[in-house]
This record gives sequence, C-alpha cells and structure tokens, in this order.
Amino acid sequence: MVEFLNNLLSSFLPDWMALLVVIVLKIVAIVLPLILLVAYATYAERKIIGYMQVRLGPNRVGFKGLLQPFADMFKLIFKEIVIPAKSNRFLFLIAPLLAMGPAFAAWAVIPFDDGMVLANVNAGLLFLLALTSLGVYGVILAGWASNSKYAQLSALRIGAQMVSYEIAMGFALVGVLMASGSLNLGDIVMAQSGSIFSWFVWPLFGLFLVYFISGVAETNRAPFDVAEGESEIVAGFHVEYSGMAFSIFFLAEYANMWLISALTALMFLGGWLSPFQGLTFLTETPVIGLFFGNGIHWLLLKASFFMLLFFWFRATFPRYRYDQIMRLGWKVLIPVTLVWIFGEGLAVALGWQPWL
Amino acid sequence: MGFNLKHYLKTFSLQELMKGMSVTGKYLFDCKFTIQYPEEKTPISPRFRGHHALRRYPNGEERCIACKLCEAVCPALAITIELEERPDGTRRTTRYDIDMFKCIYCGFCEEACPVDAIVETDIFEYHFENRGENIMTKDKLLAVGDKYEEKIAKMKAADAPYR
Repeated sequence: MVEFLNNLLSSFLPDWMALLVVIVLKIVAIVLPLILLVAYATYAERKIIGYMQVRLGPNRVGFKGLLQPFADMFKLIFKEIVIPAKSNRFLFLIAPLLAMGPAFAAWAVIPFDDGMVLANVNAGLLFLLALTSLGVYGVILAGWASNSKYAQLSALRIGAQMVSYEIAMGFALVGVLMASGSLNLGDIVMAQSGSIFSWFVWPLFGLFLVYFISGVAETNRAPFDVAEGESEIVAGFHVEYSGMAFSIFFLAEYANMWLISALTALMFLGGWLSPFQGLTFLTETPVIGLFFGNGIHWLLLKASFFMLLFFWFRATFPRYRYDQIMRLGWKVLIPVTLVWIFGEGLAVALGWQPWL
Repeated sequence: MGFNLKHYLKTFSLQELMKGMSVTGKYLFDCKFTIQYPEEKTPISPRFRGHHALRRYPNGEERCIACKLCEAVCPALAITIELEERPDGTRRTTRYDIDMFKCIYCGFCEEACPVDAIVETDIFEYHFENRGENIMTKDKLLAVGDKYEEKIAKMKAADAPYR
C-alpha cells in the first residue's frame, strides 16, 4: 500500500515532497491509534481499579461508560488554562509539550510487525534510552516554572527517581543487547523467533523483572508515585496546571505507560511473535492461523497485559516512602542487573547461548 | 543483621507482592456493592429522620396545640412558634416556622411533642431553589403532612412497639 501511495504521489509531486507526505501519513497512522489507546487506557484503569475495589467504575456515558474518555476530553478542552501570576510563563507552557514530545517520538523506532516501523534505525535502543530520559525535563520544568512549593518538591523527587531508575533500566537493556547482539529493535525481536522458549524472558528473567519494575518507577506510577503523592504534595508537578495543559501531562503519562508495556513485550516477550510459533498445526490452519500466527495483534495483547499489570499494581500496593524507593533502585535493582549481566557475559564468552 | 538466606529468598521471589495481587485479583471478579442511586435505593428505616411534617387528626383538626416544647428542646433553635387563642377556646399556632438550614435532624422535636403533631418523615430528596425557601412555614408543613399522612402513620405504627 505504501508503494502504491508513493507512486501515486510522485506522479504529481517532486520526490522529496512525496516522501514527506508519506512519512507524515505514517506518523498519523501511528499517533492516532496511540491517542485512542491512551484514551481507553484511562477508561480501563478506572474500570479495573473500580472493579478491584468492588465498585462499578464509570458506567453512565454511553454503553457501560465507553464514551467516558471523550466526555473527559471535552470537559478538559473547555476548561480555562490558569497560569499562576508569578510563574515563568514560557517554561510553564512549554513544559507539557516537553513531557509529551518524547513520549510520542519514541514510537518512531517501535516495530509493530516485521518491517512495520517508521524509522528502522540501527541504534534504536539508544534512541529509546535517550528519549525516555528526555521526558523528565518536561516534568522538572513544570515543577520549577509553577513557582509552587509542592510542584518544586515533586520535581526534585521525580528528578532523583528518574535518574536512579534509568540506570537499572539501561543495565537491563544491556542484557537484552548482549543476548540479541543488536541495537535494532526489529533484530532484537527476530533474535527471539523460534518458539515461545526462545523468548528472552526465560534466560533474562531477572532483567525482565528489573526492567518492568523500573519502568513502573520511570512512568511515576503507583507504588512509585511519590512525585504525585496526593496525600502529601497534592498532585505534585501538575498542581498548578488545568485544562488542556494538565491533560497533556496526562496523555504523556499514559503514552509512556504504553511505551514501557510495548518495550517490555518487544525486548522480553518476542513482540509481534506468536507464542504458538513452531506449532504448525495451529499456525498453518487457514482461518485460525491468522490469529495464531505472528502479527501486530500479539504485540497489542502483550502490551495490554503489561498495562493491566500497571493498573493492578496501583490497586494493590501502597506507595513507597522516598528513601525506600532510592534503596530499592540503588541497592537492589542495580546489583541484581550487574550480577545478571556478569553471568550472561560469562555465558556469552564461553559460547554457551542456549537461547540462540 | 547478618546474612539471612530465607529473607532473601522471600523478597526476591516477590511472593508477598503476588499474595497481595491475588487478593485484588480475586476482587476483580467479585460481586459489586455499588447501588445505582437514582434507579436503585437502599431500604429506609421507619426511624429515618428526614423532612418535617405537621400532622392532623382524622377529623381534619390540626394536632399542634402550640405547647412550644419542640421550640424549647430544639438544640439548633430552628423552630419559631407564635400562638393565639382561637374563638372556640383552644390554643393554636399562628406561626410555626422551621429553618431547614438550622435544623440538624436530631428528631428531638418529634420526641418532645405530646400530641404527635410534628414528625420527621423519610423524605430526604428535596431542595430549595430560592432564598427564603429554607423556612418551612406552617402551611407548607401541614401540606407535607396531608400529602404523606398514610405513609407517616404506617411508619410511626411500625416503630411504636420500640418506643
């Protein structure tokens, strides 16, 4: 289809412009479903946490409350954006964009299916590490520019927390990199092909846990949500934000959650690869083979499972104290990753790589 | 402190986290308690203390004899009573106001009343749209009593054995 579009456009446009149009269309094709996923993640969260608390959750707007995200969105669009008088106006307004930009830009290198990727760059993993770290600037600037004590405290907390967990996260990815021998996300997934037992989650189980736990910390979700900490610092860095400015932070948070979920699925659970790989009687059957075969739906299912875990954690665990978060990050997760990488390094050096 | 293998195994296997998540996971599929208010309502006790009403005798004569016991007992000073002697020699109120903003729905007025004139009904869904509507006058209270007399009588009868 892309080929056809390319030919059609280049018949009346100069080459560079045709390329540009195609790329923009691809971006739209990624971002629009992503925004929809984000919107329904908020609905799913409220519903799931409600059910876990033996409530019903939103169920008034539309069938079973399915239109709730749109109702929320319209409400927020029509609200006034209040700018505190003594805030830094420019930074105050640019901060939500700085938070949202990286959360969406990171999707450029995510492969949804074999070859279905916006930018098939070789250093995809590095690009991701860089962009997920950039997101913290928006939050810190929001906290600082608001000129509010609570926002400032939250910005400090979030800065320290993100820096600490970035390390554990990076180390976990080093393990993946060593196992697959590539920084390209598509290659990483393909290195896991074969059967369900060649997924990296088995040889790298410890790193998988560390990666997901740091991912939860990185997105400031419960139980690591001291940055929001509504019981002590109201809402943290976005106390002073209202209307669309607030909802952009919200969007960024959920887009980041989807990103972490998708990345965990890609790196450890074989991304779009089906768990029934190798079982030819399932994958080669005409109709059900489409479902049991590889495809984008497996990535979506795996990512949705991790989203469910995010909500489940929030419904279950009480918030960590700040020093406990630091202890967990520096004294537990980082040593675990170091030991695991050392063991893996030995295995690679000795040529013992059962996962390949 | 020292090295405690058991402790390490326990924390690194995440078993306590799993235990917690299994509890919330179980509640995910549990029966929900929510009562969808305007459509569903909880049962109301006959002792419920809601909106006030002034009752009448079956022959249409108002019960209140302006003894002012309710006014005296009211802890929020919400009741104001003025009275006169009627041509037939009975003692009746000319004014019986309850300020619904002051009222704390304690039910003392109902308990103090020697003739069961002032009662609290189970009506709790009411509102005021203008200033001053919070003062329930004698006419309004009697109208409420007339409208719901049957229900009030039933509620009082149900609760009478326990008084």
